[in-house]
Amino acid sequence: MTAKKNRSYELIVKSETSQLVAIRDFISEKAKENLIQDSILNAIILAVDEAATNIVKHAYNYNPENTINLKLIISDKDCTIVLTDFGKSFDPSVIPQPDMKEYLSQHRVGGLGLLLIRTLMDSMEYIVSPEGFNRLILKKVFDKAVV
Amino acid sequence: MAEFQIEKREVSEVDIISLHGFLDAHTAPQLESVFTSLIDNSKYKIVIDFQNLKYISSAGLGVFMAFIETIRENSGDIKLSAMQPNVFEIFDLLGFPMLYEIFDTTEEAINKFITN
Repeated sequence: MTAKKNRSYELIVKSETSQLVAIRDFISEKAKENLIQDSILNAIILAVDEAATNIVKHAYNYNPENTINLKLIISDKDCTIVLTDFGKSFDPSVIPQPDMKEYLSQHRVGGLGLLLIRTLMDSMEYIVSPEGFNRLILKKVFDKAVV
Repeated sequence: MAEFQIEKREVSEVDIISLHGFLDAHTAPQLESVFTSLIDNSKYKIVIDFQNLKYISSAGLGVFMAFIETIRENSGDIKLSAMQPNVFEIFDLLGFPMLYEIFDTTEEAINKFITN
């Protein structure tokens, strides 16, 4: 059997939490078209939801007049999701991974999005472009179900 | 149907909050309002019925974390019940069963309050 060409899909939404449902529906529709199994799909949906929420909150500080660009690239082996924003950048390497035992015992709130993304995805790369945009690249390999 | 809905009922002084649909950063404030109103009315015995909740993100998990301390300080608790497997997996992934009691059925969660 010959390998199929990469399939690529794009969605641009306004930077509002009301758009999270559109993002999830878009991923779900494209993943189902490509027969991606549910456990992988659920992991991708949650990781992208968390990433988009972080963009709305932190990159754009809830200003809805901006955009989030989402690109989904599906190959036979994996799914790559690229989220681009034009807001404030951050350095993921300086954001500590919470120790969940400590987190729960201290009844802390928030800060779990990045942990979920790192846990659910096989790789995460964050690029701050000198041209004024930030790009988060997430990859999920198909033969390694996490959730 | 709306993306997220909340139904409330009361059994033997236990407040049961049934969640429907998708709990994310957009819909989480609706659940926060429900908790705020319960606490304002000194109601601290709360069961969350997850049977019809299809999806939860960390913003949803954060709501339970935000109120648990106040509720327990007032001799109450938030007990969770009837989660769909995909929703339980997220709670489990982050270790939340360490902090919250999770029951298979809502009746079991209610009974735990009544028999205590």
